[in-house]
Amino acid sequence: MEEYLNIFVKSIFIDNMIFAYFLGMCSYLAVSRTVETSVGLGLAVIFVLGITVPVNYLLENFVLGSGALSWISPQFANVDLSFLTFIMFIAIIAAMVQLVEMIIEKFSPTLYSSLGIFLPLIAVNCAILGGSLFMQERNYANLGEAVSFGLGSGVGWFLAIAGIAAIREKIRYSNVPAPLRGLGITYIITGLMGIAFMSFMGIEL
Amino acid sequence: MSDTQENTPKEKLFSAKNKKLLSDPIGKDNPITIQVLGICSVLAITVQLKASLVMAISVVAVMGFANVIISLLRHGIPPRIRIIVQLTVIASLVILVDQVLKAFVYDVSRQLSVFVGLIITNCIIMGRLEAFALSNKVWPSFLDGIGNAAGYGSILLLVAAVRELLGSGKLMGYQIIPNFMYDIGYVDNGLMILPPMALITVGVIIWVQRNNNPELVDVS
Repeated sequence: MEEYLNIFVKSIFIDNMIFAYFLGMCSYLAVSRTVETSVGLGLAVIFVLGITVPVNYLLENFVLGSGALSWISPQFANVDLSFLTFIMFIAIIAAMVQLVEMIIEKFSPTLYSSLGIFLPLIAVNCAILGGSLFMQERNYANLGEAVSFGLGSGVGWFLAIAGIAAIREKIRYSNVPAPLRGLGITYIITGLMGIAFMSFMGIEL
Repeated sequence: MSDTQENTPKEKLFSAKNKKLLSDPIGKDNPITIQVLGICSVLAITVQLKASLVMAISVVAVMGFANVIISLLRHGIPPRIRIIVQLTVIASLVILVDQVLKAFVYDVSRQLSVFVGLIITNCIIMGRLEAFALSNKVWPSFLDGIGNAAGYGSILLLVAAVRELLGSGKLMGYQIIPNFMYDIGYVDNGLMILPPMALITVGVIIWVQRNNNPELVDVS
């Protein structure tokens, strides 16, 4: 249990998707105008990451990895399909995003309309594919670790987008130099937030 | 076919319109600083110029060919499943690039780690496929792809050059800041190597660009 918690906390704070790896910046910058929509998108990202990372973990370990097919019959022990990784992962992600879209449309039409184009774009949110690729690179030992990594990364992304949205709502009343307004100042604030998050670096749990 | 009509005015390969497709994204319509697309990878891999150069070339290759393929297929793709088709095309091209990189520049490929795979989800590529290649002929789509990828690459190289020069005093791995500077007390700015400084560098680039082009200023 302890190592799951460890991975969970680590992926929220130390390996934060936004501040340490800059994944999912496109929707992060574009949707963070108001807190409400960014919370909605953040929750959707947590959900999608929490599903796709474990599913892709199973795919990696039972279909794609070298020798992973040997559970069907020993003669497949030499098959290595890892070159198909990208295409399989993205297919799973696109399917899951479609599912989430249908669920949100059914249960929360207001959220659905406010997220607009960005819901289908979760499929091309780098944070989602990045989560699966990091999962593959770091060789998590079992499904539980993959689940806690996926959820943790999602929560980290959620915190980041909620934070920047709150700051952007406030900064509207400040006198920012005209060329920096909008995009420029958002970059710089994100950089400063990233420096703040770096204080978590090196913490051993 | 509606295509016959759009084919009738015969254009030269590099007419003014086509040149504009190529040059606009590098400057005034830059995908990163203006359209806010494809930022994810710009920031993470710009610690060194060499890795950024490899990345920029990979993106140019993927994007040019993805635009060509989607443009060729544009009448055959049912609109409902177009995103899956686009992702499949991009993912196949990225697999090719990944294998080539692993074969020829293995150390850089290790350094880029997951970010080669993340070219798939680079929003510029999807964005241009949706906005341009799906409704245009092959040659303009190719130019548009190359132009946007070059605009992306130019920002990538600029950020990488600033960060590598200030962060470790080198460019492409060669030392630029002479040794006597270190002797008299110059110190590399270690903060530039850390990820957050990439964001601040891009922020400053946007600032400079918008200051020179007041029409780009965000009024909201």
